[in-house]
Amino acid sequence: MSALSHLRQLEAESIDILREAVAEAERPVMLYSIGKDSSVLLHLARKAFHPARVPFPLLHVDTTWKFRAMYALRDRVAHSGQFDLIVYHNPEAQRLGINPIEHGSALHTDLWKTQGLKLALDQYQFDLAFGGARRDEEKSRAKERVFSFRNRQHHWDPKQQRPELWRLYNARKGPGESIRVFPLSNWTELDVWQYIRAERIEVVPLYFAAERPVVERDGALIMVDDERMPLRSGESIQIRRVRFRTLGCYPLTGAIESDATSLDAIITEMEHTHSSERQGRVIDRDGGASMERKKSEGYF
Amino acid sequence: MDAPTANRQGDLLRFITCGSVDDGKSTLIGRLLHAAHALPDDQLAALADESRRFGTQGEALDFALLVDGLSAEREQGITIDVAYRFFATARRKFIVADTPGHEQYTRNMVTGASTAQLAVILVDARKGVLTQTRRHSHIVSLLGIRNVVLAINKLDLVDWSRERFEQIERDYREFAQHLALHQITAIPLSALHGDNIATRSAHTPWYTGPSLLQHLEHVEPDMAAGDDPLRLPVQWVCRPGHDFRGYAGRILGGSVRPGDAVRVLPSGRQTTVARIVGFAADAAQAVRGESVMLTLADDVDASRGDVLCAANDPAGVADQFETTLIWMDEAPMLPGRPYLAKLGTTTVGASFSAPKYAIDVNSFDKLAARTLELNGIGVANLALDRAVAFDAYAANRDMGGFIVIDRYTNRTVGAGLIHFALRRSQNIHWQAVDIDKQARARQNGHRPAVLWFTGLSGSGKSTIANLVERELHALGARTYLLDGDNIRHGLSKDLGFTDADRVENIRRVGEVARLMVDAGLIVLTAFISPFRSERALARSMVEDAEFIEIFVDTPLAVVEARDPKGLYRKARRGELKNFTGIDSPYEAPQSPELHLDTTTQSPEQAARAIVAALVARGIVRAHD
Repeated sequence: MSALSHLRQLEAESIDILREAVAEAERPVMLYSIGKDSSVLLHLARKAFHPARVPFPLLHVDTTWKFRAMYALRDRVAHSGQFDLIVYHNPEAQRLGINPIEHGSALHTDLWKTQGLKLALDQYQFDLAFGGARRDEEKSRAKERVFSFRNRQHHWDPKQQRPELWRLYNARKGPGESIRVFPLSNWTELDVWQYIRAERIEVVPLYFAAERPVVERDGALIMVDDERMPLRSGESIQIRRVRFRTLGCYPLTGAIESDATSLDAIITEMEHTHSSERQGRVIDRDGGASMERKKSEGYF
Repeated sequence: MDAPTANRQGDLLRFITCGSVDDGKSTLIGRLLHAAHALPDDQLAALADESRRFGTQGEALDFALLVDGLSAEREQGITIDVAYRFFATARRKFIVADTPGHEQYTRNMVTGASTAQLAVILVDARKGVLTQTRRHSHIVSLLGIRNVVLAINKLDLVDWSRERFEQIERDYREFAQHLALHQITAIPLSALHGDNIATRSAHTPWYTGPSLLQHLEHVEPDMAAGDDPLRLPVQWVCRPGHDFRGYAGRILGGSVRPGDAVRVLPSGRQTTVARIVGFAADAAQAVRGESVMLTLADDVDASRGDVLCAANDPAGVADQFETTLIWMDEAPMLPGRPYLAKLGTTTVGASFSAPKYAIDVNSFDKLAARTLELNGIGVANLALDRAVAFDAYAANRDMGGFIVIDRYTNRTVGAGLIHFALRRSQNIHWQAVDIDKQARARQNGHRPAVLWFTGLSGSGKSTIANLVERELHALGARTYLLDGDNIRHGLSKDLGFTDADRVENIRRVGEVARLMVDAGLIVLTAFISPFRSERALARSMVEDAEFIEIFVDTPLAVVEARDPKGLYRKARRGELKNFTGIDSPYEAPQSPELHLDTTTQSPEQAARAIVAALVARGIVRAHD
């Protein structure tokens, strides 16, 4: 068919989606999670609208428990002058002092992230939000549309999804309703890394292997990123050579042992790896339909 | 992305798998993912666990569980939506649209097929070519897929019989002569045991062709010629400052270089391409599939929805078409109802004629039809509010495929394929005349208007309209009352009371009212007119200030108690079908110009309120 390489086809499709959404939306926003998918999305947005400035702000729904290296990259992005960045903290979670250590991953994630996102979208009246989710991440994501419709309560109804044909996206909605748009729907984890290498995109250094202080907890390697993490009895901090495949709140994110210190090494490791990306995420493990339930409640 | 590594993975193949649960489709996809090492250990461990709990394969892995994503589906053991899967081999990356095969899921299959370059059609070797095999093949061919893999599965259950395999292949090729397929590749399989999936199986020494995965890695699907003309719908206009105007869009056909002559459709203005603006540097060429930003040599006024075409081979421009329409919504397609159509980057008002015929998805026989139901396929004429650039679907999928959107629910309710433009759309023009509406209004001494009464049967529409007309007549206004029952005796006597007929009835009344408004009259219409869409259609036929929607609001309990014609009693007894308020919906107006509550005012009071409102709007003058 076409002479375009696989990565260039994915890039062209994502740029098409970004432009189409901007043309149809009134107040678009991009959810920025500081992870590798967000970095790719940000890069695609710059390409899509060049030479104009990216015509929407970035929204970071913060939990105050991200890795320090993530905050450092976020601040560099903000200070680059290329983007308008909004950082949102759910005031209720802040007031209650919700944290993953005392309150557990479910409550922490729900209040800071799920509820925080809904509050932020309502407060700023955004009618369309870009996210970096991919269909290869999880079974229920495999059926989500590129333009995913949410009702006034931000709920997702898998039975009411609009058919998506050809390259035609239906972005029409009623007052108060909104749309989540996923330009990376058809990318895989390997595609993301190959693209990061081909385009020399900056990512958080935690993706590369280094000697880091970790504890073994519930079968995962948790990095002790600051003094807020108390050790349980019997736990001790060890220095191990680790890296992260996904990034989130540091007490909820497991590292893997690895020697991959470069993009080439990461890609080689990926091509031979036999565990899935989200394995390190503590929040995904509660039951088979866990993600589908969180999504219908409004989680990204 | 000029790094050579970006090309190392080879290209991308999108394909669709068609078949029912019983054919082993999910098992086949699971096998392919497994063979391509796309299944991580933790997913395999979860699969082993789920196989023991829900599976149908004893201790063996049940690959079907792997790809049935939504929990509702896992419980019911069926796949009810389109799911996309990804895997890669050293040669190629693959995106698989996994769609359900039952007749009631035709819409999902059409959705999956719309982006696929190839189809894998599963056949159970014990059953051979079935009705559903023909259905899948018809839809695949209709959507423009030219390459098919006939995956003859469960060969282990027919003792790896070569005769059985060849018989099924012969049957299929004979049937497929009626289709527009270019390449059919039959492969003997056992998805459950993995035979001929990744490598050739020892069980089929008589088979000399490739394994399924080998075939998918090497096939070159013929979707589009390489030398087709440029098609670039303008998606977004980039104006960061006064000295730059870029046109962003995705190339849907052909290629482009700086200096190429292009024509902007539908306006027809011609110019040349100045630059292909790149992120790091400008590009010397861009091809089909790329998202680009162009600048043009002249200051042509192009905007979103316009299409840049090769000047020597432009697309067509028309507003009426013959189309194949696939209906995707619970609410049936209603001829004449105003919808929206999205084609390329244009969204435009659209309506359909009654279907010329519907298509039986199993036999592809032509059937008579007045509407299309969910999953129905038919041929109907499409009329757009304005002319757009297009190509026939057969020539260019992306320039000839469109979706249909409901104006009120905003749902995607249908998908269509353009066959050709109807000649008459270029030849019928509105006849311009010298004596116009304003001239007639001056002579009449009042402005024309439509007073559109809507409400349940028995709410008092005709009674109030009659009183209003008497008062207007006394004021010297020229009026005409179009009454529901009277129209049903003449203009619409060929229509019944189905939703489709109600829509057509209101369309005719709207057209008559429009001519009368043009003649300078104040037209009063008294129809139940239960649907918002049709009232909106009638409103759209005249100027904004000329349409006065009057909601005669009487609760169902009250009209049922009144029941002046005994109709509600009949409807409750089931003797009258499709009766509004009983077994057919009434969609109340959301913002009518006038809202009359007949439980608190008499018909005379209501009529006086309406006349007062007409005076206030400057349509008629009160007696001094």
